[in-house]
Amino acid sequence: MNPWIRLLIYLVAAPIVGGLLAGWDRRISARMQSRQGPPIFQPFYDVLKLMQKENVVVRRSQNYYIFFFLLLAIFTGGLFFGGADLLLVIFALTLAAIFFVLGAYKASSPYSFIGAERELIQMMAYEPMVLLTAIGMYMVTKSFAVNEIASHPTLLVLALPGIFLGFLFTLEIKFRKSPFDLSCSHHAHQELVSGITTEFSGRTLAMIEIAHWYESVFLLGWVYLFFASIPALGIAVSLLVFVLIILVDNVFARLKWQTVLKSAWVVAAVLGFGNILILSLLR
Amino acid sequence: MLVLTLILVPLAAGLVLLCLKPDLPRKILVSGVTLAVCCGSVALALLPTPLNLGDLPLNQHGINLGMLLVEIAMSLFILYVGVRAKNPLIVVLTLAQAGLMVWFELTAGAHLEVAQNLFVDKFSVIMALINGIVGGGICIYALGYMREYHEVAHRDVADRRPLFFALLFIFMGAMFGLIFANNLVWLFLFWEITTLCSFLLIGYTQTEEAKRNALRALVMNLAGGLAFALAIVWFYRQAGSIELQILIASKQSLALLPAALLCFAGITKSAQLPFSSWLLGAMVAPTPVSALLHSSTMVKAGVYLVLRMAPSVAGTKVGMMVALVGAVTFVVGSLAAITTSEAKRVLAWSTVANLGLIVLCGGIGTYEAVWAGVLLIIFHAVAKCLLFLCVGVIEHKLHSRDIESMAGLIVSMPRVSVMMQIGMAGMFLAPFGMLISKWAVLKAVVDAYPMLSVFIAFGSAATLFFWVKWMGKLLEVVEPHKRIEKELELGESIALHGLSVATFLACLLFPLISTYFIAPYVAEVYFHSAALPDGDIIGRGNTIIMTIMMAMVMLFPITFINYGRGVRVTDAYLGGANLHSSTLFVGSANSVQNVTIGNYYLHNILSEAWLSRWGVVGSAALLLVMFVMACL
Repeated sequence: MNPWIRLLIYLVAAPIVGGLLAGWDRRISARMQSRQGPPIFQPFYDVLKLMQKENVVVRRSQNYYIFFFLLLAIFTGGLFFGGADLLLVIFALTLAAIFFVLGAYKASSPYSFIGAERELIQMMAYEPMVLLTAIGMYMVTKSFAVNEIASHPTLLVLALPGIFLGFLFTLEIKFRKSPFDLSCSHHAHQELVSGITTEFSGRTLAMIEIAHWYESVFLLGWVYLFFASIPALGIAVSLLVFVLIILVDNVFARLKWQTVLKSAWVVAAVLGFGNILILSLLR
Repeated sequence: MLVLTLILVPLAAGLVLLCLKPDLPRKILVSGVTLAVCCGSVALALLPTPLNLGDLPLNQHGINLGMLLVEIAMSLFILYVGVRAKNPLIVVLTLAQAGLMVWFELTAGAHLEVAQNLFVDKFSVIMALINGIVGGGICIYALGYMREYHEVAHRDVADRRPLFFALLFIFMGAMFGLIFANNLVWLFLFWEITTLCSFLLIGYTQTEEAKRNALRALVMNLAGGLAFALAIVWFYRQAGSIELQILIASKQSLALLPAALLCFAGITKSAQLPFSSWLLGAMVAPTPVSALLHSSTMVKAGVYLVLRMAPSVAGTKVGMMVALVGAVTFVVGSLAAITTSEAKRVLAWSTVANLGLIVLCGGIGTYEAVWAGVLLIIFHAVAKCLLFLCVGVIEHKLHSRDIESMAGLIVSMPRVSVMMQIGMAGMFLAPFGMLISKWAVLKAVVDAYPMLSVFIAFGSAATLFFWVKWMGKLLEVVEPHKRIEKELELGESIALHGLSVATFLACLLFPLISTYFIAPYVAEVYFHSAALPDGDIIGRGNTIIMTIMMAMVMLFPITFINYGRGVRVTDAYLGGANLHSSTLFVGSANSVQNVTIGNYYLHNILSEAWLSRWGVVGSAALLLVMFVMACL
């Protein structure tokens, strides 16, 4: 498929798919807790309602950072589905996250500050594994370009089992799900109010939601990459991984940031680096 | 001629400045010479390279003799310093290297045949531009800064400004000499001048701490100097030549030991572990000195030499060890930078870490790695200099260099704050400078030694953390702040604006810098042709995407057009009833609670002392292995 067409499909379809995924997330979580749960389209209703609300801020410039977060989150996925360099995609992803964090810093409220600080720790926790994932894919396919990785004839996961598991671990952090929902969480009753999103409201909060939709699609797209040589399997596994993340979210309690950082780095060192070590020895 | 002028004019200006007491003529001289040096280095960049320097009257024995005399005088001075400080190490190291050089000069000096004493290629041109423009910016900045330093901020420190400016310019001249020298004996002389200048500048305030740190810097750099001297003697005995170009072009079997020794010298000078402590100690000096040491001279001389040696060590175990030292330094430096809240210390650790990346490139030694290394040198020099000079200004105004005290800087000192943001973005953020180079480093590493990529993965995650939390601190506004009047003196203003623009342009124009300077150099050294086999290192398409991204981020300030429109401003949520502010609230039992917020420094899982201790042990072991490998 022409990369431009793929890009266009992504731009239009990602928020719809992402929103639906968020709807399923709430529905499946509810079922796991023996509740009825909201309708599938609830996330869309939420965002539409947020759009109409008053925009309340602490610092006048805080919302611009969020706008750029959304812009760059879309851009990241665009690069990915357009088939660009995987490292470049990671850098764009990081840049997007940094804008989000800076927005929370700018808001200068204690809760958003702690949220921002913890989000940074989470970023520090997942960044090594994400980079190692890209490197592992490069070692197998000899290319960093997403479209070339996707068209590689073998099943990547066979050569990269450790990296795949490590990547699943970081996905849990990236989706901000329990046990790694340190910086902000959808669950009620917690010590940091709404964390990094505390001081954002109305249209800006809606932007954050939409950015998350784009991000989810992009991240699941990356899971697909491990199975890209058999597309049907790839899509099935991506959805399965999403359900797994929801399950973990409901089963585990939140961890302390020290544990998150240490465990994520140990996982990256053992599973990620171990996998790369074996690959380079076999070469 | 231009090359000689670039070396001699700053040196001469330095000597004149030494005896120039009044303020006004100093100002005129400093500005004039800086302008001349800037223009000179730009003119040099416009000339085609390699320049033909064969017809310069440089091959007389008299010049060599004069240099020997300068060297002996310097050694005597360092000996005197060592004896007075009762530091046996300095005495031994100086005697060893001076003895070696004098013996070498007396036994071999008469037969030394040097075809070219100086040479200029694209790499020297890049270094000259950095030295001229960034170094010049620092000198201009120092004019305003040092006046405020002595007249307002530090009245207790003896005013020795003539010496200070003299040293700045001698330093600069020596750096020019260092990057243009092809004769290793000349290179060594300039190398030693920078060592001596940095010793004197670090000890400028003459406090106990300054004296101690200056001596430490001296000892470590003398150790590097000794390795340098050994390399010269060894290579001469093996190959009968003392030319850098011949050393680089020699077979690996012949050049490996001298290359290892020179890499060791480069590692000491660029403050890699286990020698990082001298650079961290150098912060006691006034800010222009830190900026000079960290960005345009000194440490850059170290990595310059390591990158020059890259072809000689590529693919060998020695190169692997050099790369590992760099990799370990990168990780340790980045983690250590998280743990401290002192601005200059964070910057120092980040310098150590970034130089680690460059040394890593040198050790890998493939053409991709060298390309990335040169790019790193450029971006690091400009952005780091800008950051240091900003911190200097902030330190004078806030009387603190603690990052936590910089909250609200965006209101109280908006211009400096924005400049710092530019510098920081240049240091680590996609799509700006350093990140492009980090990207290239990653690619180079994965192709050469995939295992080393793990160091980069962990190190860059840590880098991200300490930069973003600092950026956040600058943006955060908890309480109302008054705007400080007259943020910048004239000299400071010129330097900071210039460097901000330079950072900006370097990021924007990096494809051009690569095409016209770095790629030709790399191609010349590795493929003996004028073009790289596969064109661009990171690919044309990626460069375009980068440029799009950059344009996008640069649009960020434009969104501020409708600043504050359509929003209702309220106080922050504090978990209680706000008392008409974002910092006071009514807590339980009607008590009034104050809110303060501070960054995380991760002290319960990271400790600076632990990191540096094990970093020193590990890297010292690596260096030992390196020498064993080189001798085998």
